[in-house]
Formats: sequence, C-alpha cells, structure tokens
Amino acid sequence: MASALDELKFRDPEKARALTEALAREVEAVGRAPVSVMHVCGSHEQAIARFGLRAAFPRGLDVIMGPGCPVCVTDTPEVDEAVALAAQGARVCTYGDMLRLPGTSRSLADAQAEGGKVEVVYSVSQAVDLARQRPAEQVVFFASGFETTAVATAAVVLAGVPENFSVLSAHKYVPAAMDVVSEMKETNIEGFVAAGHAATITGWGIFEPFARRTGNPVVVAGFEPLDVLAAVLELVRLIRLKRAEVVNCYPRCVTREGNRPAQEKLWRVFDVVSGNWRGIARVPRGNLELKPEWDRVNARRRFQIDTAAVGGAARNTLADQCICGSIMSGLAKPDQCVLFGKECRPESPVGACMVSSEGACKIWHVYGGHPDLQEVA
Amino acid sequence: MAGEKVALKHGAGGRAMRALIEDVFLALASPVDGIGLSALDDGAALRVGDRWLVVTTDSHVVHPIFFPGGDIGRLSVCGTVNDLAMMGATEPLALTCAVILEEGFARADLERIRDSMLEASREAGAPIVTGDTKVMGRGEVDGVVLNTTGVALADRVVSDAGLRPGDRILVTGTVGDHGMAVMTRRHQLGLEGDLRSDVAPLNGLVREALRAGGEDVVAMKDPTRGGLASVLHEMAGKAKVGVVLREPDVPVNPEVRAACEVLGIDPLVVANEGKAVIGVRPAAADRVLAALRAHPLGRRAAIVGTALAERPGQVILDTGLGRRLLAEPDGEPLPRIC
Repeated sequence: MASALDELKFRDPEKARALTEALAREVEAVGRAPVSVMHVCGSHEQAIARFGLRAAFPRGLDVIMGPGCPVCVTDTPEVDEAVALAAQGARVCTYGDMLRLPGTSRSLADAQAEGGKVEVVYSVSQAVDLARQRPAEQVVFFASGFETTAVATAAVVLAGVPENFSVLSAHKYVPAAMDVVSEMKETNIEGFVAAGHAATITGWGIFEPFARRTGNPVVVAGFEPLDVLAAVLELVRLIRLKRAEVVNCYPRCVTREGNRPAQEKLWRVFDVVSGNWRGIARVPRGNLELKPEWDRVNARRRFQIDTAAVGGAARNTLADQCICGSIMSGLAKPDQCVLFGKECRPESPVGACMVSSEGACKIWHVYGGHPDLQEVA
Repeated sequence: MAGEKVALKHGAGGRAMRALIEDVFLALASPVDGIGLSALDDGAALRVGDRWLVVTTDSHVVHPIFFPGGDIGRLSVCGTVNDLAMMGATEPLALTCAVILEEGFARADLERIRDSMLEASREAGAPIVTGDTKVMGRGEVDGVVLNTTGVALADRVVSDAGLRPGDRILVTGTVGDHGMAVMTRRHQLGLEGDLRSDVAPLNGLVREALRAGGEDVVAMKDPTRGGLASVLHEMAGKAKVGVVLREPDVPVNPEVRAACEVLGIDPLVVANEGKAVIGVRPAAADRVLAALRAHPLGRRAAIVGTALAERPGQVILDTGLGRRLLAEPDGEPLPRIC
C-alpha cells in the first residue's frame, strides 16, 4: 500500500502548477504556434487524459499520441493468422486486449464464440503451463507488445518450452514507432516523448541515432503526471534551443545502457524485421520475429496457416469510416472521427484504437471523450 | 429490439440501466399528485392532506452475502431507509421484508441475516411490520434475495432535480468503501486490509442536514451503484446544469485509494451504502457542512463541487492538475487485469 501512496508525490498540484507555468513561458519563447510534440505510448496518453493535463497545457502546444499502442498496430493479417490457427484446432492463448481486435472478417472473440479454443492469459508462462497440462493439443501464444513484453516471451522460450508450444509473434519494436512518424511528410512533429518502461529495458542511448538522423530531440518520461509535465517542458526547451539531443527525465528507472541481461535475452530470440502496421504503413524495422534458430517454436514455421479460409467476408461499411490510421499517425484526434462514442464504443469497437486500453480512442472515451476544457471557468 | 437480451450492465446503475428502465418500464408511469414513476427518483411521494407519503422499494442481491462491514440483511434495511431519507423522509413509519430463498440455504446464515436486519432497523428507528417468504428449487435462485419496501411521512420532499447554477455539492463522507470491500472479497484479491463497507442508515444524518439547511437543501441522492460519478450525472441531467467536481476535495480512505490504484478502478464510480450527495444553496453550504460533521456518520463530510450554467448534464472533473469530463459509468467496474 505504501508504494501507491509514494506515487502521490508525483501528483502534487503545486509542483504541477509551477511546471505548467514554466511550460507556457517556454512555448511562448519558441515564438510560433503550434509547437507539436508526440508521445508514443498508451500509458502516457492515460496519464494525460486521466489527470486532465491537456486542459493545463498552453494553447500553443499540441501533444499528440502517435503509434504507441502495440495492440492497435497489430495488422489484420496477423489477427487472421491467429483466427485461422484457432479454426484449425490449435488452442490460441493471448492477452485480453487482443481478443476483440478485428481481423478481415473475424476477431479471436468471434472465433471463441464459434467454438474455437481461445484463452486469455495474463502472462506467457500461463500459456506454457497450459501446453504442459494438455500435451495432446497444440498451444499457440499470440504474442503482442513492445520490447517490454517481448523480453518475457524471450525468457520463456530460452528457459525451454514443451514440444506442443509455439509463438505467433505480433511483437513490435518501439524505435520504429518514432521512425515511421518522423518520415511522414504531412506531420509537423518537432520532438518526441519516449516511453519510460520500454527505455528501462533498451536504455535511453537507443534514441541517440534517431535524434541525430532526424534532428528531433527525444525526452524519456515516466508515467505520473509530474513526469509527463517535466518531460514535455524539457522537450519544448530543447526545441527552442534547436538541440537534437536525448534527455532522460526518468532517471529513477532508466539508464543509458538499460537492462543488459534483458536485452541479451531479447536479441537471442528475436530479430527486427519489416512489417505492416495497421492503418499506417509498411514499417522497415517495426516487428519482432523469432530468429531462424527458433523455427521449432515459431507457429508461422511450424504450421500451414490458412488465412484465406477466415478472410474475405462482406465489406464492413462502418470500418470504412474508421480513421484509426490517421489517429495513430497523429494526423487526426479521436473526437474528429464520426464514429467516436457513437457506433464505436468500448463494448462494440469498430477500430483497433477503441479495443485496447492503450488505444487513443478507448482512453479518450474512458476519460470523458473530449479533453479540452480550457474554456470553462 | 428483437432478439436483444438483458445483460448484467443493465443492472449496474449506469447509462445502460437508465436506458433499460426508460425503454421498458417508463410505460407503466401515470400522472400522480406528487413525484411518481416518471421522475425516476429514489422513491415516490404522494400528497396526503398537507403532508407527503413517501414510498420506496428495493431488492437486494450481493455476493458474497457476508462481507467486511456488513451483510445482505443490513444492506436491505439501510438501502430502503436511505432511499426514503434521500426524498427528505427521515422518520420511516415501517418497512416490509420479502425473502426468496434457494433450497439448501443454511438456516444459521438466515438467522444471522435476520439479526443484522433487526440491528439495522433499530438503528434507523424503522420497524419491520410485515413480510413474505418463498423458497425456490436448487439453482432457480442464487442463495437469497431480499426485498424491502419502506413508507414514511414527510412535510417537504427533496427531489434529486433541484440544483441551480452556483449551488454547492456535498458528500457526507469517504467514497468507494462499500464497493471495494465487496469487490476485493468477491474476487478474492487478497487486498482486504482495512477495507470495510460503509453500509449504514442515513436518516439520522440527513435529519441534521435538513434541520440546518431547511429549504436550502435542494437535491439529495445516495451514491450506490455507479458511485459519485453516476449520481452527479443524474443530478446534472435532471436539473440541466453542469457540475464541477474537485477531485482533491473528495474524501477517500487511503486503503480504498490504494486498492483502486492497484486494480485500475476510479473510486468515483465505486458503490457506497452509507453516504449521501447533497445539493445546497451557496449561503447554507457551510451551515449544512458543520451539521453533517457534528454527526458520527458525517465526520468526513466535504464540499466537493459546484453547479454551473455551462455544459448542462455534464460533469467536469478538476483533478487539481488539470480538467476533463467525467464519463458516466456504463456497467459494473471490473478490476483491471493487466
């Protein structure tokens, strides 16, 4: 209980006010508006939305959520593969957020309703336990998440898994989320807030080549409201000074080198490969796939996955109106979508961003739907 | 809609439940001299001479039946006494009690529930004067269902629709205690510590508020299912005002705050069974607050919000760090799993 209360020191309203005032001065000093910065993490969006920080940001500052939800960018064909494996009789285990992610015609939740063996697990180890308990079945772990959860998958694979266990990787690689946006002509992002939990593993040094190459500063941030405010303030300062540097504003968890043993596990099991991100683009270094030497635990290598059998249903007219791709690229905001909060709600999501608790649409919906209350006295 | 089925969320006190009641049951409403079904208030108030007969009814199911701080028996008495009190009827004349039991229910448990009812009815000064008992076959009902109806006379009825811009909003104590005590026990989350339900009869406390505030007490509601968030939406919607809620001023026990943080649940949407939300004209706010704090059940009472002309029907949450809209709860809050 003490730990939860300790966090309250990072929620101190007095300090927050001092930071927002400093932020307003810093944005003013940049001398043009808007100054646009992007974070690439659902947990940052949760902190911003939950504590109403957008109403505290100065008018001339636009803090945008980028493609920071690994579930949301999991592409339709990846879901189709999992649905197809369930249809072929495998027991598909995955994290709860993945269940309602739409495939071409069906989600895993649909596959489950049709009698497919689909299990929500809270950790990859639970999926391995299921495989041990059911030696006659093929158990496939549909793995999602950034480096943070990929390390857990890697650790389990390295520790040894039963013969009937395999991994269908939809793991994504964080630095790619920033690359993809910085290369889009239509965005005007001048700096990035990087996710503190992923950086705990990768180390903040990993962002230095990006900052040098793109000229965009990067600030690593934690997830309490004061962490976010302090990081955004530092980022705007770097933008004003035109310094394309990486600054670590989360030193209580993140080091330059990161967690070496975790990295070592990660790169013994995974390679960075190119892949499509839902609604965004083909991302050159976006996906984490099992290395060839782990083919025996790679579901894509072990099974003939017949995705044609689960796709190709009638066109979904609602899905055509969904603007998740633009939202994840930072080109549109959730409340600019005509479906938001109407046809598209957490209990009946149309787009991926309303499915996951890390998705921008779901977060905005949970925290009131419209962030900007500066006009109310 | 054809083929549509009732879901659990339709009983959870939020948007879905209100929609079900409006779509299905509002057709039963007919004009009455007073407050009837169409007001969708805590109870009805019928004019009898120059006074009001206030009537309310409530069915109780809770899992587990016994929980830290109370049980279904105490809950069934307090729930109905509190619904009467929220209408301004703080002197209950009598309660009825109907019980539906499942075959195989332990008699010792039933006697324990009866003892709790007796204790709570004495606390509230509300005698139980008639009842009904049914036993259903195994599996046809889950354990025990209790229904209580309460009647009371009142000189003045307080609705839940009386807010005007400028009015202050008070809560009579900490929020989230009941829901978190039951939830952690139900899901066996091993977080119980000092989590205890606040279930209590509020008529004595409300009597003090009304004595201090008189006509300036303009709206009352108890934040049960859906919590403070749901009640504020209902008050704002019915009175066509906006409400600003100042989160740092809302009293929350540290144990409840910690459990909520761990489970990813907002204490503002968690059920209470011993708290009231009271709307008061600004001039009387401090007087009513002092009266509440002088009562044993109101020591942690606080002024937490203000009604506004802007944004009618909406609740704005001032987090102390910024501001956002508070979403109306829509179904049972579930512990976040990851």
